[in-house]
Amino acid sequence: MSTSEAAVREQLTRALQERDEEIADRWVALQLEQALLGTDISEAELREEADSLIDALVPGLESDAPAERVVTSHPGLHQAVVGLSLRRARSGATPTATSLAVLALKEALLKAVQRETRDAEELFATAVFINRLLDVAGALSFETYVEGREEIIRRQSQQLMELSTPVVRLWKQVLAVPLIGTLDTARTQIVMENLLQAIQDHEALVAIIDITGVSTVDTAVAQHLMQTVNAVRLMGADCVISGIQPSIAQTIAQLGIDLSTILTRATLADALAAAIKLIDGPGPGGDEGESR
Amino acid sequence: MALPGDSTVASRRPKPAPRAGDGEAGVPVTRQVTHQVRTEEDLLAVRHAVRAATVEVGFGIVDQTRVVTAASELARNAYVHGGGGSLTIEQVRGPAGRGLRLVVKDDGPGIADLDTALTDGFTTGAGLGHGLGGARRLMDEFTVHTGAGQGTVVVATRWTVR
Repeated sequence: MSTSEAAVREQLTRALQERDEEIADRWVALQLEQALLGTDISEAELREEADSLIDALVPGLESDAPAERVVTSHPGLHQAVVGLSLRRARSGATPTATSLAVLALKEALLKAVQRETRDAEELFATAVFINRLLDVAGALSFETYVEGREEIIRRQSQQLMELSTPVVRLWKQVLAVPLIGTLDTARTQIVMENLLQAIQDHEALVAIIDITGVSTVDTAVAQHLMQTVNAVRLMGADCVISGIQPSIAQTIAQLGIDLSTILTRATLADALAAAIKLIDGPGPGGDEGESR
Repeated sequence: MALPGDSTVASRRPKPAPRAGDGEAGVPVTRQVTHQVRTEEDLLAVRHAVRAATVEVGFGIVDQTRVVTAASELARNAYVHGGGGSLTIEQVRGPAGRGLRLVVKDDGPGIADLDTALTDGFTTGAGLGHGLGGARRLMDEFTVHTGAGQGTVVVATRWTVR
């Protein structure tokens, strides 16, 4: 570390310690002024963020790390930038706005140093140092923001997967699973678990899988359906597949998939009728009320 | 005019796609989009893109389902057996009408015995063994270029008018 850089660090640390209020005020004001924020971050929250980041900067600057690595190598500082970025991501601010908000701290810092010295040379060295220090913070905040969003997307797709596979009770001892979209391995697993659990809970005898909302049935989907049917049968229940569209029926036949071992019906209504017939059975005595 | 989705227009192939078996050289390709097939989610994206292309070409609902299902089988083969690959959707214009051609490539181990692979019920994995043969039945033209250790290229076309 060159002597001039040590001096710059010292000066910056002093400014941060003595003028922390002022820096935080200016940073918050800059962010508000630039209207860089998304929706619902209040001034008080901004202030809190600013205080914690500025507090973390002082110990960060004491380390020996070069300017470019201060933000990433100091845990407290890193955490402050990451936390700020994640909050922005969740509140719906754009990634550009988020990193610009972090970068606005540069101006606030430089202004504070300017109060200490008017020496052009010194100010220039400080500006270069601040740039090195905080450009990394801007980049980190952008990266964190994107990661935060991806995390949200992952969680939502997970939720969607579980939401979209409800098991409904249609009749006494008859359950139905309306499938919508696609049936991949992960989805099959969830459907199967939900369905088998529901069969046990409701002591169901028939499970109807309705595939009206499934647009493509290829061999993999067919295989997943068969697996599910087999598992249902192992539980001692029967399985009916309904809602096979005419175009899908033709395609399945042409593909050469044999679903003849599975009870299938064109519509959910037909499947329910078949299910009720299965439950009622031929009737032990077969005398009364069996005319249907 | 690009189709939606994260696909790249295939204009920079390292080598021209082998199309020897297709016969009628010079069938004009009016549009060509390549999709990568690297994950199970890519299969979903491919199905959507192929579905959109079949609608654009003017296929009826049954043919739409056929082509999408064939694409799904072929793309899954490239993903499962070939360790990932790509699917190119080409809109073509033949003497009788429009058509859709799927070019599915992977750099996997290739298929050592193609005739056996096309047999119904034959599988090297855990599948049903109807994928390749089934896809062939769903399409009008179907060519496989492969060999042990050479990767696999499947070219399959369906025409609106036959």
